[in-house]
Amino acid sequence: MASSRPEGQGWFPVAASDDAVAHHVVEAVLAERELAVWRDDDGWVNVWENRCLHRGVRLSIGHNEGMELVCQYHGWRYASRTAGCTYIPAHPADAPARTMCNRTYPAIERYGLIWTTLADATGSDGPPSSAPLESGSTLPLRAMAVNVPAGRALDSLAGLDLPDPNSPDGTTGGPHRRIDGFTLVAGSGEGVVVFFAQPVAAERCVVRGVVGPAPDEGATLALLRRFNRFLTEWRDEVEAQAEFRPGKRATPPPPTPAIAACSDGTRTRVRVSRRWLTARDVVAVELEAVDGVLPTVQPGAHIDVHLPGGLVRQYSLVNEPGRQDVYLIGVKLEPESRGGSRWIHQSLSVGDVLTIGGPHNNFALRRDAQLTLLIAGGIGITPLLSMARSLHRSGIDFRLHHFARSPEHLAFTDLLAGLGEHHRPHLGLDPAATTVELESILAEPGAGHQVYICGPGPMADAARRVAAEKGWPEESVHFEYFANTRPRDDRHPFTVELARSALTLEVPAGRSILEVVRENGVQLESSCEQGACGTCTVGVIEGVVDHQDVHLSERERAEGRRVVTCVSRAAGDRLVLDL
Amino acid sequence: MEQSTESDICTDPVIRDQWYPLRALAELPEGATHHTRLLGVPVSCGVTRGRPWARTESAPGDGGTGALPVIDTYGYLWTSLGEPPPGVFEIPEYTEPDRRSMNAGSFIVATSAPRAVENFLDMGHFPYVHTGYLGIEPHTEVNPYDVEIIDGEIWATRCEFFQPMAAATATGGQMSKYTYRVPSPFAVMLYKSSPVDPERRDVIALLLQPMGHEQVVAHNFLCLLDDVNSDAEIKRFQQIIFAQDKPILENQIPRRLPLDPRAETPIRADHTSIVYRRHLRELGVNYGVVPA
Ligand code: FES
Ligand SMILES: [Fe+2]
Repeated sequence: MASSRPEGQGWFPVAASDDAVAHHVVEAVLAERELAVWRDDDGWVNVWENRCLHRGVRLSIGHNEGMELVCQYHGWRYASRTAGCTYIPAHPADAPARTMCNRTYPAIERYGLIWTTLADATGSDGPPSSAPLESGSTLPLRAMAVNVPAGRALDSLAGLDLPDPNSPDGTTGGPHRRIDGFTLVAGSGEGVVVFFAQPVAAERCVVRGVVGPAPDEGATLALLRRFNRFLTEWRDEVEAQAEFRPGKRATPPPPTPAIAACSDGTRTRVRVSRRWLTARDVVAVELEAVDGVLPTVQPGAHIDVHLPGGLVRQYSLVNEPGRQDVYLIGVKLEPESRGGSRWIHQSLSVGDVLTIGGPHNNFALRRDAQLTLLIAGGIGITPLLSMARSLHRSGIDFRLHHFARSPEHLAFTDLLAGLGEHHRPHLGLDPAATTVELESILAEPGAGHQVYICGPGPMADAARRVAAEKGWPEESVHFEYFANTRPRDDRHPFTVELARSALTLEVPAGRSILEVVRENGVQLESSCEQGACGTCTVGVIEGVVDHQDVHLSERERAEGRRVVTCVSRAAGDRLVLDL
Repeated sequence: MEQSTESDICTDPVIRDQWYPLRALAELPEGATHHTRLLGVPVSCGVTRGRPWARTESAPGDGGTGALPVIDTYGYLWTSLGEPPPGVFEIPEYTEPDRRSMNAGSFIVATSAPRAVENFLDMGHFPYVHTGYLGIEPHTEVNPYDVEIIDGEIWATRCEFFQPMAAATATGGQMSKYTYRVPSPFAVMLYKSSPVDPERRDVIALLLQPMGHEQVVAHNFLCLLDDVNSDAEIKRFQQIIFAQDKPILENQIPRRLPLDPRAETPIRADHTSIVYRRHLRELGVNYGVVPA
């Protein structure tokens, strides 16, 4: 019996799998909703609202760069899978907010077609099952757009004598079986043709036929031609009967939906899908989403991993944007580990479920440099490898200078190999030799050159010092520390005024601004809570800051316009914050 | 040309009372009649025995025909459907003797007038849409600039952007300095350091004639310091630039400018656009926009 799926509720085909070829974007319409359909370099099919969240430009005129879609108007980049914004060229130094996200729809490939649904997909059963097509190869016919309603198109085809896929010039007879309001099966022998209707507008649809099993290669072209001829004639007839009047529309277009905002990803549940030793004392861990897709990755971003016993540890993502089917982190066993890295090395196994926070990105990568120098020490390779992969894909010039004790200490060598000549290992150097090497790497602060440094404290300090000596402008030198090993002093009590929340709070000795602000119900994100990552940084409107973090640059400290609230304090008795 | 529909008729007094250009005088030979549309109303105009005129033709819901007020200035024939102010906004540079003024082109675009204004105010798209002319990667950064409203006009100052070929006269890349001005809701101008004389500024304006909510004629007015290039060369440069903007403008959804601040996602670089949308909201404009 023909059950009917209301338009916009069920799953409908919107393109042929073969339409979504590498590095292209296809435009599709379903129930008056415009869609941009594109396949990433890993084969994942994206179906997105065809509208850039910035200024509404159709994403289908944008550029599929492989793992990111680039909008044609201002070059905003969006990650495959999540459609989250990964880069805004007008502000190259800033990490886009996690909530900047285009609307996505689920996609399934079946019978050589790409299917989607505009309804909430949770609990829905996917494209209609079509038994005759399930078992073997399929051959999609050329799609035929018709100016009649979807139901009317299939009603018309149902009564016709169609080309028979089983014989070169036979026909099927009729009538044919309707599976539901949008599906029709014809043919009786071994081969069948199934027609699926894609409702485009009230008076318009696309009919997508699929022959199964696919004929021999030699017979394919003739069969496609035969159907094409048949369907073209049929379209002209059915449109003539419907007295289609161009320009008339039965219903006004649906209101343009609001721009989507993706979850701010504060907490995500992930499962360990793989773990292996990638270098001496370094375990690589792959994490997959327990449900849905993982939040958007930006180069340089890190996640908070919640471990047993309330421990939270930060790990940089090795992923490049868009390639985020799993998160990849590298965990070094710290000799004086308080349980974080030790637990991961000794107890974490495949299948374990963890909670993560983030990603946070306080180490944003500019993609407008003429040359980018990435300087990694040891496990500091992880965020820089993410940056390197993304620069490599975009064809932006860079070098990844990688300091490590020995070849066995090089993590992710397979990914490093993919960078070719850009990867420059420097092995087994003592501090003095490291400095000499850094002096040659940083010899010339060229215009439009940028440096990114991540490594253990002494090494990162040395790199920053050399850069300063060689005359690199401070805003071209970006760094991230693993940890804040500087001595801290939280004895000084003071008052904070929150300008936007109109609150005045006392911060006693032994407590941080972050803790006090949160206790009073004001939301403030944090991650490492030791002044290393910078997630909890806020603007300072008035007052002098006693900086105790390792996140801000010397200039930012001197300017005093930002404060890392988990460790830094007022130098005087009062701070006014932009919060 | 699409037929005007009832729903294109403008009921918004702010927009009805403005002056709009209908045609460049240089393109209106004596005795010829130019037929066009303004705010959903079919209108015609011409110059007869040296006198410019404009009138409505019969329009849906607006029966009858009638003479319209006209002004000829800046090389255009202007009219209004409402009760316009005594004159069109001032462009003092127009009278400077060593400048050349011209209409570089009148382009029909399937978009709303405020979308076209906003595109003209936007520097962030230069490297992507006007690649090799007004911008080029990797020079994509938009530095902070100032925006204020002075006597009802929006002024954006201290704007700067790296441009590989800023004008027909340019010989190489330069950091161009811009000042933007929105003298009336559907007209937008920019003042830009002249490659010929860095002390003075070229004036480029986009004067929108809204034919309907979602269709405009964009008249491109120039008032330049350029004694090298021919009119044809100057026009060709502007036409290349506009031809690059047109497909973008015709691919924006929705075509009308959304005035709800949450409808799209502005960034710091869009400071002028944020002020422009707020200004239209405050004026109560409801033509060519999606009201908040
Ligand atoms: S509209 Fe897409 S980047 Fe601006
Ligand atoms: Fe433009």
